[in-house]
Amino acid sequence: MQCMVCKQNTAKVHFTQIVGDKMQRVDLCEECAKAKGVNDAGSFSFADLLLGISGEKDSSGSAPSAPAAEEVDELKCPTCGFTQADFKKNGRLGCPECYSTFADGLEGLLKTMHKGTRHVGKMPVALKQRTDSSERLKTLQKRLEKAVQQEDFELAANLRDEIRQIVPRSSTPAAT
Amino acid sequence: MDLINFLSKPSDFSRRTGPNDKIVLSSRVRLARNIRGFAFPGFAKKAERVRAFEVLRPAIEATAAMADRFAGSMDTLDALDKQILVERHLISREHAAKGPGSGIVFNHQEVLCVMINEEDHLRMQAIFPGLQLKQAYAAIDALDSELEGRLDYAVSKDLGYLTACPTNLGTGIRVSAMLHLPGLVLSEQINPIIQSVNKLGLAVRGLYGEGTEALGNIFQVSNQMTLGESESDIVARLDKVLAQIIEHEENGRQSLLEKKPKVLFNHIGRAYGILSNAYSISSKETMNLLSLLRLGHDLGFLPGVERALVDELSIVTQPAHLRKKFSDELQPEERDLLRADMLRERLAGVPRPQCRAPGDDASLDKPR
Repeated sequence: MQCMVCKQNTAKVHFTQIVGDKMQRVDLCEECAKAKGVNDAGSFSFADLLLGISGEKDSSGSAPSAPAAEEVDELKCPTCGFTQADFKKNGRLGCPECYSTFADGLEGLLKTMHKGTRHVGKMPVALKQRTDSSERLKTLQKRLEKAVQQEDFELAANLRDEIRQIVPRSSTPAAT
Repeated sequence: MDLINFLSKPSDFSRRTGPNDKIVLSSRVRLARNIRGFAFPGFAKKAERVRAFEVLRPAIEATAAMADRFAGSMDTLDALDKQILVERHLISREHAAKGPGSGIVFNHQEVLCVMINEEDHLRMQAIFPGLQLKQAYAAIDALDSELEGRLDYAVSKDLGYLTACPTNLGTGIRVSAMLHLPGLVLSEQINPIIQSVNKLGLAVRGLYGEGTEALGNIFQVSNQMTLGESESDIVARLDKVLAQIIEHEENGRQSLLEKKPKVLFNHIGRAYGILSNAYSISSKETMNLLSLLRLGHDLGFLPGVERALVDELSIVTQPAHLRKKFSDELQPEERDLLRADMLRERLAGVPRPQCRAPGDDASLDKPR
């Protein structure tokens, strides 16, 4: 079997890739696989998908201009210095912060590879508590505003007490 | 502690049993986790990887589940030991190539195993014999919950656990089962099955994971998607698909027995003949033939023989295991000779398979 890239050497690295409900086969020789920075099927698909996506953007845009492409290439993670070009090469990100840096480019990619784009499932308990309480705080504050507007001061007092239980006392001016 | 002394003996390991272990060799759940403040291992410089390793390793070693453990940095393990870990499915081939700043921690009987600084800071897995996905998830979930108190995990409310590769994002979970499917291979139903499993968003791979071929009729089935679906839903979905594959495999074996018994007997008889009489045999041929012998055992053609014998042979005849037993210097051709000697010796007491189609042995079933 011939390598699909150089079309010279014997393909020794084989991937079967499922994108959506389509199956694709990719056969590479060891050198091309290495040159592409391919360690496994995952990385190849990203490189490919990413290229595919940026290509789509270019063609869908009214005037695919060179400066725009350069801008994209210059995007760099402020935390670790990882660039979009690195991603094209490896299909891996640089650090956890890269997910914020490259959020826009990643969204489309995540859509194609996952069931959803928002996490469902386990969370560290500490983070879950933090997010739960911040969401609860927001609701309580809204209810408090409404109670004050409606001059329901008894409810407002109760809500204020509940809010104080969530927000550490030291951070509320009333406690100092 | 010495790696080989800590690893379970192949003879003990192959005796572990679990539900449906005729077809499901093992169930595995792995979680990918990373910590805040460090670049992912693939992008980090060596010094940063080493610093992360120094944070990660003690945290893992301090967990209750790892009280009885082997822990080592990849640079302290020699190439042969690493290869043994690959053959035991404890580390990936990629991880075996790593050096300082990467490591492994696993517990007694290798139920829990954590690779440090592989593609992610942590790749932790639980392996159980037979079909026990829920149990495997419960075990790795407990280790993960203990670790989240000791490590500052990189998590986002919207994207879940952040991983080096976006394919693992969210739950970071890979649920997989190692399946022995000779019935589907021999009845030529394996390809349509693989295709329909793929359509369900599940991957089918060979014995050693991504990009490897299906030696010995062994296939790994695992989830592909990790974001937007909860761990328990993923486990349940896989369980459902596996139940179907098991049924197909059982039917495949049954229909071979009924419709093509001679083809089946020929495969099993030849496998026995070669394994117990060869003077030189490759690792690949051994794996493929042991698979057929295992099938013969499952069909009741090898009365009095323990399946554990076949499973043990498929561990100890692998290249690194042979080199460890005899000599590190062994060339492949020399290994083929020693492997054949070992197989002849271990199979000397195993009588010829008594291949019988249903109805052949009616006299045995008839009440006297």
